[in-house]
Amino acid sequence: MTLGVSEAQSPEGGLPADHLADTAEAKQIEGRSLGQIAWARLKKDKIAVASAIVILIIIGVAIFAPLIVKINGFPPDQFNKVDANGDPLLNTRDGGIPIGGLWGSGMSSEHWLGVEPQNGRDVFSRLVYGTRVSLLVALGGTIIAIVLGTVIGMVSGYFRGTVDTLLSRLMDIILSFPYLLFVMALTPVIADRGQDLFGIPDNNTLRMGVLMFVLGFFGWAYLARIVRGQVLSLREREFVEAARSLGAGPAYVIFRQILPNLIPTLLVYTTLLIPSYITAEAALSFLGVGIKEPTASWGRMIDDASDWIESNPLYLFFPGTALFITVLAFNLLGDSVRDALDPRAGRS
Amino acid sequence: MGRYLIRRLLQTVLILWVISAITFFLFWVTPANPALLICGKNCNTETIAQVNATYGFDDPLIVQYGTYMKGLVNPGGRMIGTEGSERKCPWPCFGESYQNGVPVWDSISEAFPATFWLATGAAVLWLFFGVLLGLLAALRKGKWLDKLSVGIALFGVSFPTIVFGYLLLFTFIVKLNWIPFPDTANAALFTVGPAKWLQFYILPWITLALVFAALYTRLTRANMIDTMNEDYIRTARAKGLGEGTVVFKHGLRAALTPIVTIFGLDLGGLLGGAVITEQIFSITGLGKLSIDSVLSNDLPAIMGVVLFAAVFVVVANIIVDILYAFIDPRVRLS
Repeated sequence: MTLGVSEAQSPEGGLPADHLADTAEAKQIEGRSLGQIAWARLKKDKIAVASAIVILIIIGVAIFAPLIVKINGFPPDQFNKVDANGDPLLNTRDGGIPIGGLWGSGMSSEHWLGVEPQNGRDVFSRLVYGTRVSLLVALGGTIIAIVLGTVIGMVSGYFRGTVDTLLSRLMDIILSFPYLLFVMALTPVIADRGQDLFGIPDNNTLRMGVLMFVLGFFGWAYLARIVRGQVLSLREREFVEAARSLGAGPAYVIFRQILPNLIPTLLVYTTLLIPSYITAEAALSFLGVGIKEPTASWGRMIDDASDWIESNPLYLFFPGTALFITVLAFNLLGDSVRDALDPRAGRS
Repeated sequence: MGRYLIRRLLQTVLILWVISAITFFLFWVTPANPALLICGKNCNTETIAQVNATYGFDDPLIVQYGTYMKGLVNPGGRMIGTEGSERKCPWPCFGESYQNGVPVWDSISEAFPATFWLATGAAVLWLFFGVLLGLLAALRKGKWLDKLSVGIALFGVSFPTIVFGYLLLFTFIVKLNWIPFPDTANAALFTVGPAKWLQFYILPWITLALVFAALYTRLTRANMIDTMNEDYIRTARAKGLGEGTVVFKHGLRAALTPIVTIFGLDLGGLLGGAVITEQIFSITGLGKLSIDSVLSNDLPAIMGVVLFAAVFVVVANIIVDILYAFIDPRVRLS
């Protein structure tokens, strides 16, 4: 009996010390979870590391916006008419185009990225504060979409039957909505009702909340479909059956047995949603239905700058570049995460 | 096939009805007093009461919804106004604009051609370049051409339309002066001639096509790489078929099948209005109509555009499903 066991543990009949080391090593290799493998791959991926650093910097800028703006000394909402020497910043006779700087941008050692035409607000400060709006709306919308999509998809796939039919039809309907058009039409409507619905007047805090909600509400259906498909196959697997035969209730099976297996999918979908919501927020604010003055938002800045494209193109360039770099960094990281979780999929 | 079609059509009607109901009730519960919007500066209690009676704003919401739906379903349209001063709103009646009293359907049909040309032109561009780049990348997998295509696609996906559109506008219109500044009037092919028409649409087409071209490059590449690893491709080569036949007749045809689905849905979505591109280049299409009506609280116009756009999405869904069965013999409609 004892002999049999020890033989089985060291099939090659090596010394006890050797075989102990062998199994310990083997255990370590076997024991690596998908998450650990993916993490190791990500750390080796130079693009992933670079884009993660860029994203961390952007998040840092958003968190420490008030501090950063203190260094430069111009609050984002302050109308600057004169510089430190008392010379005017804006050419009042010319419609308020900034004086001096590259291409009429008013860039100087005081105003690093120039000033806004007409109002003279500092472009750098507004850009820094715009990061907050972009990231907050995108994160909020993503969380709502992921939570709704996961829960509804899991319920639909796990319980099947009538529940599934109803929820699947709901997904069909939401996917048939002209998404951008509807978000565009609905955001001001809900924001207008702020006082009646939530007791909050129509301000930009409310508008950010509404944007998150509307984006999230129209974003869950696609994820729910994917989750539903995966749960349909996961629920037939042996470990689920085992849990059920031990008397586990549906809530336990769904959240403790099935949910962990969905994490790679959710992670990939999250990295896809964040940049698309950053773009959506900018687009909606650009169209005038998202964030309003005086809060700084990249989309609003681009809209405002489009009126000055001939006289001050740099005013358009800065928020445009900020938006592009942010979206690119998130997309690159998203691609790397997908590759790390499923190397077979390839960088496609 | 026939039964499938009927079932799908019924489903479509149901989905459209649900969308219309949701849209109606969501938008009609707004605080904006429609009567106040319509009479504008001349508002007093009397005129407001008159406007309310004319448009039926005093009726319960459900009655208003019934009236609205009647205008959409009844081939004869419906009447607007109180007895004695009624006017006909011909089918399909989406009501009248609060801003200028024009029937919404007239605004929609006036704006549609611009959106149609914008969307279809861009679709041709992105389909051609997306599939071409994706195909080349897949055939030269791992080589520099592949890396270049993948890089271009990644940049394209990450270029927000508002940034890319203004970049084009600034470069070609403001700096290089190759193209005159877009005026708000839409260029119709038959009135301005092909040269001016192309000049009007070329930048909007590129702007709109970029993101889609990038997505289609990625998709074609991934599908094509999968397909070329299939057994039947090896069989085709073993039979001694030329590489051209293998790639185009056996490989590309199979790889493009999923792309047909997505293409239909994308084009269907855009026919309801390409809001951002239209806004950047001042094209007075459906997208511009919708954003203008949203900004001016013009509920009938918003409703009209949303429903009109939803029809395209839903119809595109059916067409794609049917097409799919023709392209891919493994799919059986049932």
